[in-house]
Amino acid sequence: MVASVNPRKRLNQALLNLLAWVIVLVTLFPAVWVVLTAIRPYSEINAVPVVWIPREITFEAYVNMFGGNPDMVTQAPIGRYALNSIIVALFSTIFAVALGTAAGYAFSRFRFRGHTTIFLGMMLARAIPGIALGLPLFVLFSRLGMLNQLSTLIIINVALNIPFTAWLMDGFFRTIPADLDESAYIDGASHWQAFWLINLPLARSGMAAAAVFAFLASWNEFQIVSIISRSPEGKTFTVGLLGFIQTFTSDWRGMAALSALMMIPALIFVVLAQRHMVRGLTFGAVKG
Amino acid sequence: MAAEPLSTVTQATTASARPKRRGSRTATWFPYFLIAPAIAIILLVVLFPLIYSFYLSFTPYRLLKPETLAIRWDDVLINYRRLLEDDIFWRAFGNTIIYVAVTVNLQLVLGLFLSQLLARVTRGQSILRTLIMVPMMFAPILVGFQYGWFFNATVGIVNGGLRDLGLIQTPIKWLVDVPLGMISIMIADIWMSTPVVAIILLAGTLSLPSEPFEAAEVDGASPWQKFRFITYPMLGPFITIALTIRSLDMARAFDIAMIMTGGGPANRTELAWTYINRLALNDRNFGLGSAMSFVTVVVTLVFTLYFFRQLIKSRIVY
Repeated sequence: MVASVNPRKRLNQALLNLLAWVIVLVTLFPAVWVVLTAIRPYSEINAVPVVWIPREITFEAYVNMFGGNPDMVTQAPIGRYALNSIIVALFSTIFAVALGTAAGYAFSRFRFRGHTTIFLGMMLARAIPGIALGLPLFVLFSRLGMLNQLSTLIIINVALNIPFTAWLMDGFFRTIPADLDESAYIDGASHWQAFWLINLPLARSGMAAAAVFAFLASWNEFQIVSIISRSPEGKTFTVGLLGFIQTFTSDWRGMAALSALMMIPALIFVVLAQRHMVRGLTFGAVKG
Repeated sequence: MAAEPLSTVTQATTASARPKRRGSRTATWFPYFLIAPAIAIILLVVLFPLIYSFYLSFTPYRLLKPETLAIRWDDVLINYRRLLEDDIFWRAFGNTIIYVAVTVNLQLVLGLFLSQLLARVTRGQSILRTLIMVPMMFAPILVGFQYGWFFNATVGIVNGGLRDLGLIQTPIKWLVDVPLGMISIMIADIWMSTPVVAIILLAGTLSLPSEPFEAAEVDGASPWQKFRFITYPMLGPFITIALTIRSLDMARAFDIAMIMTGGGPANRTELAWTYINRLALNDRNFGLGSAMSFVTVVVTLVFTLYFFRQLIKSRIVY
């Protein structure tokens, strides 16, 4: 570019780059601070004035968390919570993406009675706060004898994630030329074949984006799970975190340690799929 | 409206080539077949509870007292009358509206700024883009814990930092004083959600055609003029998308507020959802809680509907 030859413009560009880096790093500071807190001794964490640079590293918090410290009487079953969270988030993601993709395809390719109404209704379902649903769902599932079950949490998470998935996929299918369907129909394909054999293979990156969002939402869901799951067998990380804090009221390090642990799968997902996520958020607004 | 593929409608000229036999026979049920499972599960998990809580809102239902689970016909609107008289609810309601208006607008302004900055970065743009997405993966409840601790008056790093910089002598009671409690919660929400807005607007900015900018360059437009008269108007659809996504996730602020202050002290940071939560779960007053949650849901839906109408309008273009 011509700009790079002009020294003043080059200086401006360097300052702009620097400013962007500073702002992003400042934004990240809270996350970094949580991770640092997880691996420091209490004496540094509770120190006044604040010890900004860690002097000592210890993994005591994790040893305590996984029962390595016999002095701590009450133990939160962290392993169980982790397993529950993984099961719930994975299955919720699979079902939500499957059903949401089918719905998104229908919205994008077909005109049918109630098209706009159903689409709007579905999106509005997403806007209803979890707490408004949590109480009646508690009554419903307790009548069905399905409280504290992971399958219940999966059903709920699937329903909560379908609207956003359908929205993303509707936008994504709009970027796939409908001519492909046309030629498939001319060759005698059924609607199902056009969907399954032509469009679905092309929609993989869209489904990847939808999957990340569904996973994050299920992984982080708290309100409804906290109402539905009352015993350790049915609790996930987020609810376990609450119990952990209530047991050890001011154990900031324990909280930080668990938080850091919870962030690992989410972090892996986001780093692997960030390209898809960025594109996913703007499907339907950007072509191609 | 006849059920047929959209493409055949838009491409009227090729209509004769359309295989009418097979296509139209299956098309009447095929979209419904695709949507049915999604609809079924949403009806169970979302619509049923809404109807049930609508029913509950006319009963004096208290948790663990099944005998109260019937409408008292002599006083059907008992909960709605109490709701109208409940000053705390209306204060919480007002707080919620202020909260949403302030956080969403600030997220939009900050997200716009961040996206324009990142779009112009020449070194490490993709790394920065990934890093800025980190807050997006935090559970709202984690954000609540984290910021509750940061703003803690004695051990929090906000006061710690201000003290080290020599700006304050006595600790500020962030989570206790008015309006600092509300501001603290807003800061946590803004930290969590601005990246979503920034990422959407960044993707939008990078997708804009270059011709208008080249033309403006030739005409000697200033960077501000280019932003104001080209970038900003062309980002319109992306701003709508960002606002729509934010409007869908608004109620997740409840997680943050509940952990940071729980609406207290003395209802100072009360949002509609923290108040309803306490009424229904702690005071076990399901009937009144349901009535309040119904009123709040209706208002939320009206807002969301507005954004979606805009979104659908902007989509029909394609």
